[in-house]
Amino acid sequence: MSTVAVTAEIVAQHQLTDSEYRKIVDILGRDPNYTELGIFSVMWSEHCSYKSSRLHLKKLPTRGKLVVQGPGENAGIIDAGGGYVIAFKIESHNHPSFIEPFQGAATGVGGILRDIYTMGARPIADLDSLRYGPLDDQQTGPRNRRILEGVVAGIAHYGNCFGVPTVGGECVFDACYNGNPLVNVFALGVAQKEDVFYARAAGVGNPVIYVGAKTGRDGIHGASMASAEFTEESKQKRPNVQVGDPFLEKLLLEACLEAMQTGAIVGIQDMGAAGLTCSTCEMGSRGSTGIEIELDRVPQRETGMTPYEIMLSESQERMLLVAEKGREEEVFAVFRKWGLDAVTIGAVTGDGLLRVKEHGRTVAEIPNRELADEAPLYDRPFTASPRRSLAPSTAQPAIAPLEALTRLLASADICSKRYIWEQYDHQVRTNTVAGPGADAAVIRIKENGVSVAMSLDGNGRYSYLSPREGAMLAVAECCRNLSTVGAQPVAATNCLNFGNPERPGIMAQLVEAIEGMAEACRFFETPITGGNVSLYNETLGEGIWPTPVIGVVGLMKTAAAVTRDFKSAGRPVILLGGVGGCDEAHFGGTQYAKVIRGDLWGLPPALDMDYEKRVEAAMREIVAAGLAESAHDVSDGGLAVCAAECSMGGVGAALHFESDLSPEFLLFHEGPSRILISTAAPDAVAEIAARHRVEAPRVGITMNERLALGNHGAMLVSIALDSLKAIYEGSLESHLRA
Amino acid sequence: MRFGVIVFPGSNCDHDAWYAVNHNLGHRAEFIWHDSATLGDVDAVILPGGFAYGDYLRCGAIAKFSPVMAAVRQFAADGGLVLGICNGFQILVEAGLLPGALIRNRNLKFICREVRLRTETVHSPFTAAGERGRVLRMPIAHGEGCYVADERTLDQLEAEDRVAFRYVETPNGSARDIAGILNERRNVLGMMPHPERASEALMGSSDGLVVFRSMVAASQPAAAVRI
Repeated sequence: MSTVAVTAEIVAQHQLTDSEYRKIVDILGRDPNYTELGIFSVMWSEHCSYKSSRLHLKKLPTRGKLVVQGPGENAGIIDAGGGYVIAFKIESHNHPSFIEPFQGAATGVGGILRDIYTMGARPIADLDSLRYGPLDDQQTGPRNRRILEGVVAGIAHYGNCFGVPTVGGECVFDACYNGNPLVNVFALGVAQKEDVFYARAAGVGNPVIYVGAKTGRDGIHGASMASAEFTEESKQKRPNVQVGDPFLEKLLLEACLEAMQTGAIVGIQDMGAAGLTCSTCEMGSRGSTGIEIELDRVPQRETGMTPYEIMLSESQERMLLVAEKGREEEVFAVFRKWGLDAVTIGAVTGDGLLRVKEHGRTVAEIPNRELADEAPLYDRPFTASPRRSLAPSTAQPAIAPLEALTRLLASADICSKRYIWEQYDHQVRTNTVAGPGADAAVIRIKENGVSVAMSLDGNGRYSYLSPREGAMLAVAECCRNLSTVGAQPVAATNCLNFGNPERPGIMAQLVEAIEGMAEACRFFETPITGGNVSLYNETLGEGIWPTPVIGVVGLMKTAAAVTRDFKSAGRPVILLGGVGGCDEAHFGGTQYAKVIRGDLWGLPPALDMDYEKRVEAAMREIVAAGLAESAHDVSDGGLAVCAAECSMGGVGAALHFESDLSPEFLLFHEGPSRILISTAAPDAVAEIAARHRVEAPRVGITMNERLALGNHGAMLVSIALDSLKAIYEGSLESHLRA
Repeated sequence: MRFGVIVFPGSNCDHDAWYAVNHNLGHRAEFIWHDSATLGDVDAVILPGGFAYGDYLRCGAIAKFSPVMAAVRQFAADGGLVLGICNGFQILVEAGLLPGALIRNRNLKFICREVRLRTETVHSPFTAAGERGRVLRMPIAHGEGCYVADERTLDQLEAEDRVAFRYVETPNGSARDIAGILNERRNVLGMMPHPERASEALMGSSDGLVVFRSMVAASQPAAAVRI
């Protein structure tokens, strides 16, 4: 059947272990040929099969009263009210973005968008969680800067042309991402409830139709590449990175949504990782059917492609759909209108097999279910995750609070990311109620008077100190972000970025993070409806910090957004949740510890989930009652950075505390469950806080032109807003020109 | 009043223009597919923003060959109102309905931000409902919005009062801060900023409505003579 002989060496090259190969032989009842081996290797890659994480992912809560579709489909679906649903998911595109930043990030956006519209939902928002090595590092800085510029340009290129607003995300720098930048892309779409489509191949005899771009040799083994560590040879994998065409994707979107309206489509799935292989066997497996395709009919843009290459190509902008027999012409007519290829390449069969033919000869024949759903499952050994000592490595004298604040505002993690998000069209489709720079992005749904709020968060420093608490803090922060704009968190999607799971220490991080995330998602009632696991984020044996990223979605009645800027002078300022507590051990994960002390120690900030939930409930009530003139949650950089960020609109504040904490801890600790509010109705805010049994001290008053912070009558910080703003707004570009 | 919104393959602000007209302005808008030979019974045409034909080759360079463009040309020649927004402006320039060219932004990056525009003339069916000198807030979202033309053309545009909008501070390097221009007959306007994105307070500004309101006023039978 195939000309390349399957030897032990070939099997090893496909990253299949001996036992995995034996399992293949068991399934087939014979040795696989070369094409079949390739098919198994991509479907059973870590990226596609979740073989190291599946066992633990089961611990995540996935059900809730609004959940229409949980994990297992191309995206999760939540009921958004009024007959409408939202579909959303986050995906990683870490490995390709390191090898080729522009195309890696662009195709990451393309892939997640297809996951959304293959469900019948029109994408209305995109957010990106990005992590890079430091921009000003002597050695790696130039490369990190090039990667950042490339990734941002790639996201802009794809999202802007496609016509989805890029409305938020995060951008963080740390040395652990030097050899493994993280590009996690989130997308969300909206559909009418009855218009949702699933990726199932049903109805024996129904035609299997290929639509979109022609198949080329690009991206072969992309999924396998994403399932291995990087080595010196990884640069040679550049051909494994796909090339995206956002214009074609836009046409494909419109054509698919229009074709779905004909009623002739039975099931549909995009060709993402593992391309034609994945879409055929997964649709067959979900529908408990077989699929037979003839490769001669697959539109190809190169000549002489082998079955192996066609089946494993990850060429972008392709979809596979199953239509009702006899109604093909209705589907073809739509694709013709949009100038796209649409070809019947096979049919649904009743035998449960994926049968691939070339010139009428069978070149691969594999049971769909075993291929798609019975990949090996590993209970990989894990020890305890590595820990740091509870005290900093060296004692350092405190520096003046003002100097600390300005250095923090200038740091790459905290400074304004305007330079990045102004390259993204964050308004197309005219739904953006709150865009980049807000605590949470808010997108209105025109049809039902509801707005969707979205936030992405992860914290590698916290998660390194405690994977469990780091994951919980990320969930809490997202839920707080949503509550700050007035939205009720309802569901979540996760992207788990970790190192090599074959190392027990790394596996421990993964397990602890999943368990922490599960506990927090259960507590905050935000079930996980889908997501992605990205392992082997290691280069030359150096792994990233555990970086679980969570995206939480919330709902609210459409209204003008509460934003973080103080609006007018003379307004009382309230710190909802109170000053909180801190000690040396819980200070080691903060931005202060990173930027000022250059150190990392101890534990992440302590989280009291019950208190957090009450703070959030109080905040939502304050927003709903229209009492918050501005609101911003306290997170990276602590209270001082929060107050400075609230002042960037030109109105500052004088805040005075009566705290026994040291100035360092008071101003810069990152304890959760705190939101800084300015209000014209402080008594009403206090009343709501009291009812939720939440502290809400009045800490000062807004004023023009300056920010002043003090404790026990002593002034700690006093600075003109013009200089604060210059530092905050100008820093990223100066880091990039370092 | 009936507005026709042209849909090219790759248009992505078509729906936004449609929504602004139907919901914010309270008039009727309908889509016109790019390979249509006629415009149907519309009173004005909008060429929306986006990436027609992916902006491959050059922004608007392929779109100008779409069958519908012959009808748009005829419509403009007959005095019909044609508004090109962003990519629509680029297409009008490529099609020769407006002079000059739009090249890469001076910083070579896509820019999406709110800008301030000064209304330079009220002697047009797109600005008559505004006030000369009035500063409007509208977003831009483009990579190739730097307006250029030779000095003679620029002088002529100014002498003939055909600069409809100027940036208060140019974000993209446009010659003489030009943000929007009229054709000789004043019935075709091309502008890089997005009035349809600034058509309701919830989106941050409703200053863009003045463009659509002016078009409505100009299309009333009594006002038609003002063109």
